[in-house]
Amino acid sequence: MKISVKLYEHMAKELFAKYGIPIPKGNVAMNADEVYKVAAEIGAPVAVKSQVLMGGRGKAGGIKFADDAEGAKKEAEALFGTELLGYTIDRLLVEEKLNIEKEFYLGITVDNQAKKPLLIASTEGGVNIEEVPEKHIVKMHIDPVWGLYPYHTRQLIARLGLSGAEAKGVADIALKLYKLFKDYDSELMEINPLVISGDRVIAADGRATIDDDAMYRHAELPKISESTELEQRIQALGLAYVELDGDIAVMANGAGITMATIDVLAQYGGKAMNFLDAGGGASVEPMAQAIGALVSTNPKAILVNIFGGITRCDDVANAIMTVKNQQGIPVPLVVRLVGTNEAEGVEILKQNGIDAFSSMEEAAKKAVELASAGEGQ
Amino acid sequence: MAVIIDEKTKVLVQGMTGNQGQFHTRQMLDYGSRIVAGASPGRGGQTVHGVPVYDTVQEAKEKHGANASILFVPAPFAKDAAFEAMDAGIQTVVVIAEHVPLHDALDIQAFAKERGATVVGPNTFGLISPGKCKIGIMPNQIYKPGPIGIVARSGTLSYQIADNLSQNGLGQTTVVGMGGDRVVGLSFIDVLQMMEQDEETEAVVLVGEIGGTAEEEAAEYIKGMTKPVVAYLAGRHAPKGKRMGHAGAIIERGRGSYESKVKALNAANVAVAELPWEIADLVKNVMK
Repeated sequence: MKISVKLYEHMAKELFAKYGIPIPKGNVAMNADEVYKVAAEIGAPVAVKSQVLMGGRGKAGGIKFADDAEGAKKEAEALFGTELLGYTIDRLLVEEKLNIEKEFYLGITVDNQAKKPLLIASTEGGVNIEEVPEKHIVKMHIDPVWGLYPYHTRQLIARLGLSGAEAKGVADIALKLYKLFKDYDSELMEINPLVISGDRVIAADGRATIDDDAMYRHAELPKISESTELEQRIQALGLAYVELDGDIAVMANGAGITMATIDVLAQYGGKAMNFLDAGGGASVEPMAQAIGALVSTNPKAILVNIFGGITRCDDVANAIMTVKNQQGIPVPLVVRLVGTNEAEGVEILKQNGIDAFSSMEEAAKKAVELASAGEGQ
Repeated sequence: MAVIIDEKTKVLVQGMTGNQGQFHTRQMLDYGSRIVAGASPGRGGQTVHGVPVYDTVQEAKEKHGANASILFVPAPFAKDAAFEAMDAGIQTVVVIAEHVPLHDALDIQAFAKERGATVVGPNTFGLISPGKCKIGIMPNQIYKPGPIGIVARSGTLSYQIADNLSQNGLGQTTVVGMGGDRVVGLSFIDVLQMMEQDEETEAVVLVGEIGGTAEEEAAEYIKGMTKPVVAYLAGRHAPKGKRMGHAGAIIERGRGSYESKVKALNAANVAVAELPWEIADLVKNVMK
């Protein structure tokens, strides 16, 4: 399973500061009293910003302003514990309110097709970059081997039409942001808006997404998961899991065929309850735990669809039997089993009264039939 | 003829002495692939299923002249192993591992470009030219030689489709697994180009999935192809904003939807199967 680790704004900004990118004065606060303290230290009008892993929080009412510490505390009391864009607010970033003259955009991501990092900049920041017209966006590929040089950033500011102190500030920040992007195995480093305020160029908001596959190189970073409890429980087994809203539990091996299984169920009028990819040569134990977790969610039917390559059919059969013997499988179970060690797997199930299908088509139809039969009960 | 690999390909296995390395070396030997040597640091002098193992790729290459390598190396070490292979002059490098860090993948692809090497993967099941050579982890029994090329992002789904084709008397020239990661060596277009030029390939099956825009870009290329292409795409009923197992399989920022891909492919005269087992009939239709 591939997960991207998104960092909260305040964490992204801590990284920015570490690399010398100017950020507003301020600090994160976990309760209203801390908000008061931070605002009092700033001693000027402040912004109180909800820390959620979603864009669009300003529009959704997640950013408030206050003239003093008392006002900031009041705003904080109203925000803490409330829902915003699907997240419960448990932390606020309290910062000096900036006198915004201009808002730019600066971001670095990976261009999959070009197989290179891509620097994206615009003088029309402060909004979602997807909404900015192409002609107002400057894009530059960065060679991952040679990196970003000062002359690249001079080209960048020329193309943005900038001059003077703000141009120098933008160029300097671009260099630092790329270093950060590279050092932290990032999928995204984004400053939006990059604010021009007097003679200052400041990262007013930031997003950082780290490649989960490289987290072992960054033990100091927090593990932030956006998954549900069940998703986390199964993901911890090394398997890919996504909750869906149907009633047929699905386990298959391989991302593509798992998606296809969900699609095929839908074509036959059924609805999958989840995406569970048990592929990649998982052994009996994690597969059994994953199937056990599926059983415990009380689906109308369970469909196991295996085309064994690196996954072995006998391992799958043994995993099913482990669950059957240890916790029982009180819901209809449909198994399709072909590929590596197929005969052994089919035999294990047969001895235990389970007839495996060899056709995905028939298995999917059967699962839909059993699930809709269960509906009438 | 076939694409990328054929009966003359001499294969090196990196990480041959590990569990996966030993198991799949056996499978590939059984299939008839010319596995000439293995490389496992610290295991030089051993043999696996009668194949000699060396400490370094360089030594294995010098002694046996391998021109392709498959890596059964854990993700954190994949970059080093891929560099070692390319630095030794190996031209085709197949990276099986899932969870290779994205920035390592970028470096691998940059080095491949400099060395003129072809990287298949990461996170791929490999590739097979049925009856000639298999470099990968796919089951041996489902493929048959024949005129159909398959290019796929996903392993198991491609097995399902290859099996369906074989059972309907439609064998394959080469089946190429691009890999499920965000950054992989071969694009659909790269493989379609090779299949367009391959004399034996008469039609191509594209097995794609939601996420990114690779299928849309492929559709543009297909408009100029002389050979017919049909497709199956996974993820029609996947929710937005959720990563469906593969790093690339996510509908986000308004991109990567099933509908967008079907529309682009249909505009290129590519029929898209609603169910995986409709592919054989679609292929028969376009080959008439």
